Amino acid sequence: MSWPILSLITFLPLVGVAAILLARGDDAAADNYARWTALWTTLATFLLSLVVLFGFKSGVAGFQFTETHDWIPGLFGYRMGVDGISMPFVILTTFLMPICILASWYVTRRVKEYMIAFLVLEMLMVGVFCALDLVLFYLFFEAGLIPMFLIIGIWGGPRRVYASFKFFLYTLLGSVLMLLAVIAMYWHSGTTDIEKLLALNPGFPVGMQIWLWLAFFASFAVKMPMWPVHTWLPDAHVEAPTAGSAPPGGPPLKMGGHGCPRSSVPISPGAPPSLQPLVYTLSVVAIVYTSLVALMQEDMKKLIAYSSVAHMGFVTMGIFSMTRQGVDGAVFQMVSHGLVSGALFLCVGVIYDRMHTREIAAYGGLVNRMPLYAAVFMLFTMANVGLPATSGFVGEFLTIVGTFQVNTWVAFFAATGVILSAGYALWLYWRVVYGPLDKPALAHIPDMTPRELMTLAPLALLTLYYGIHPTPILDVVGASVENLLQSIQTAVAGTEQAAAILIK
Amino acid sequence: MSFLQSADAAAALPEIVLAVFAMVLLMLGVFRKHGAADTVTSLSVLALLVAGVLVMTVGDRATLEAAFSGAFLMDSFARVMKMLAIFSSAVAIVLSWQYMRRERLASFEYPVLILLATLGMMMMISANDLISLYMGVELQSLALYVVAALNRDSARSSEAGLKYFVLGSLSSGMLLYGASLIYGFTGTTAFPLIKNVIMSSGASLGLIFGLVFVAAGLAFKVSAVPFHMWTPDVYEGAPTPVTAFFAAGPKLAAMALFTRVMITPFAAITPQWQQIIVFVAIASMVLGAFAAIGQTNIKRLLAYSSIGHMGYALVGLAAGSEEGVRGVVIYMLIYLMTTLGVFACVLAMRRDGKYVENIADLAGLGRTNKGLAFVFAMLMFSLAGIPVLAGFFGKLFVFLAAIKAGLITLAVIGVIASVVSAFYYLRIVKIIYFDEPQAAFDTMDAEVKLVAYASGAFALLFALFASPLTQLSSVAAQSLFH
Repeated sequence: MSWPILSLITFLPLVGVAAILLARGDDAAADNYARWTALWTTLATFLLSLVVLFGFKSGVAGFQFTETHDWIPGLFGYRMGVDGISMPFVILTTFLMPICILASWYVTRRVKEYMIAFLVLEMLMVGVFCALDLVLFYLFFEAGLIPMFLIIGIWGGPRRVYASFKFFLYTLLGSVLMLLAVIAMYWHSGTTDIEKLLALNPGFPVGMQIWLWLAFFASFAVKMPMWPVHTWLPDAHVEAPTAGSAPPGGPPLKMGGHGCPRSSVPISPGAPPSLQPLVYTLSVVAIVYTSLVALMQEDMKKLIAYSSVAHMGFVTMGIFSMTRQGVDGAVFQMVSHGLVSGALFLCVGVIYDRMHTREIAAYGGLVNRMPLYAAVFMLFTMANVGLPATSGFVGEFLTIVGTFQVNTWVAFFAATGVILSAGYALWLYWRVVYGPLDKPALAHIPDMTPRELMTLAPLALLTLYYGIHPTPILDVVGASVENLLQSIQTAVAGTEQAAAILIK
Repeated sequence: MSFLQSADAAAALPEIVLAVFAMVLLMLGVFRKHGAADTVTSLSVLALLVAGVLVMTVGDRATLEAAFSGAFLMDSFARVMKMLAIFSSAVAIVLSWQYMRRERLASFEYPVLILLATLGMMMMISANDLISLYMGVELQSLALYVVAALNRDSARSSEAGLKYFVLGSLSSGMLLYGASLIYGFTGTTAFPLIKNVIMSSGASLGLIFGLVFVAAGLAFKVSAVPFHMWTPDVYEGAPTPVTAFFAAGPKLAAMALFTRVMITPFAAITPQWQQIIVFVAIASMVLGAFAAIGQTNIKRLLAYSSIGHMGYALVGLAAGSEEGVRGVVIYMLIYLMTTLGVFACVLAMRRDGKYVENIADLAGLGRTNKGLAFVFAMLMFSLAGIPVLAGFFGKLFVFLAAIKAGLITLAVIGVIASVVSAFYYLRIVKIIYFDEPQAAFDTMDAEVKLVAYASGAFALLFALFASPLTQLSSVAAQSLFH
């Protein structure tokens, strides 16, 4: 075997943590050292992850870069690997982390702890996307709560304590049921190896599959989050530290979204058809209802948080359409949303750092003082709306196309969500950027600094690049999705056969 | 050795050595009169070390596994549990060192009593007969009653001792009554013979009654609901190092005894006692989760937390299988290590030379003492069962057993209770990290620091050592099922 590249990527941030811990002192120099160490560590991790990006063989359905070690003999193993569905998320995470460190460059309180929390979070997030053993997956998945809890609680806004508790307890409640499902799967099939479980298709009786699926779904639905268990997200996002938590606010959501095609769908392939109506209903409600809620928001971050919930509705809808376009689109939508929503939070951060308020009403006419900012904010607003030539369009379009083949009404209602998103996003943009610059506090607001531009420019480039040329992601995703759908068809056919025999 | 073998006592060598040590140290203390406390304390740690080494080495051969005609058993299960009990007693003595001096409680009786309690615990762990069971329980309990009331000048401490004594003797009475019923309906006190009687002629109603009484008595010793009422008061009233000791070793020994009593003689009527254990486990987990929420005193909170944890350990026992016992062993191991660490942290809460024990006193510890704060927070997350930390693995293994035994409802209630209990552990983390700092604590004593940090490292790095520790507990569990 060659280098254990995925483990290296996962645990490299720990080196940064060690380096920061070893430094003494609490003065400005030590803080600066922590900032630079964190930045270099995340950059190195990103560069290392490029090995995976370029070494990845598109068109291969199975897992690549796999590693297997004994961990607890006879029970669980340490297994890592990526396929077309998880690889983009690994890269997305490692790509967003340096940006996120840069964005929180001017955090002044407890800088060392802040950077350590972020590096640990990065390790756990990458681990979630690489883990090929359900217990290992659960370990990374749940451990992420600890750094997130501390980040929101220590560096958050005024209602940070409430938000951090709500975030922690909500997501914990969702996931403990998943743990029981994992245990049930272990006793039924004798392994928690995801690859082996996939090969067992269909490995579980249909009645059990539905329970397993519901347990997994409970966890992922909270994490994504889906209506009606989304209420932690606006609180957590609003209270999270302004500039800093935006990008990691993205990948944790993807852990849920990624979990669906990774584990719950292939392991209980017989369940989705019977539960499709449930998921469709929840997705459509999420898209329409949270879009309407977003229209009413007076806080910029809350508005973007609700729009995230709406966009995740497209993802679940796409995955459970069980069509090639739908699932492709869902994965694409998640990647794109990671870029766009992260960028939007950073955009809010830019003006929050200047004015220390997120009230939409406190702004207006910014274009007069901040033309550069207006342009960048415009781009991401359009991407959020799903304007063609931005990455937001590709994901939304594919999921709707995929769903349309299965259920036209669902596609119809989802499409109204696109219109509503244009409503709230453009209205937000109009209220903040256009209009007369008549508020005295804004009279001397400076335009974006080079550092802020540096954080937003890569996101802007990728948003445009993937909007015009989405094939790199779709190629990578394609084979795995094809494989996933085939296994579902076999399972469904098997279930139908069994049912037919029973009826005879 | 040959003398011991002819007396059929070779397997009990560690206990005999410990008993001799305890008596010699008592003599030493009495005759030296003044200034004997330090000598006796350090020698008692040495005694525990010797006993630990002997536990590891004695009884390797099959012929040496039992003593006193089978009333005393030295199998792998006993060996693992005894090691843990001895370890926790040694740590408890070390933790008490500076505390007793500062509070003017230093006396040579305390370490001797701990030695005697440890002896009782080892007896309990090895008990394979109703007589040796009762002997072990009483030896341990009597020593603990005295230790609880160690601080004679404090009303709270005396109250704790008295309360513990009254309720404890009640439970001992129940245990004894149950044992006599069992003897009456089976005609024997030896576990293997009771097992044979039940296998051949089934369980009579009288025997079931006896079983219920024994289970109630043991539930009191592990402080499981509905026999938990003494725990918060005793935890709060007793001096902190004594509370640390109460929370660790005696709980472990009682749980080991509980496991052996249920698994060995009553294996054939598992469904009968399983209902009791399931109920007790659910009640403990739920009460532990809800009652701790309103607490302001850290020791009281930890009392409720330990009630909850006993509930989780009992989930493993409820499964009644080898996996279940493995779960119990590994759960108790992790519980013991983290609890000792938590109490070391509580002992570090000292401001202006005075020990404080309100949760609010921890405010802003994240800024005044980063190391202690981190350890405290990690131990809290571990007790809450958040992954990567040790506590998660304990819960994982007991739930593994419960699901395999088909106890799905129990498991679901258990995990939901663990989410509720996460709330009050998080509250402590919140107070440590989110709140505005108060004046810093005094410098930590070296030994307190060592225990706290070692326990924190154990909780954090458990995943790396999960494999050997799992195997160890598997071996221990197997020895109950051969």
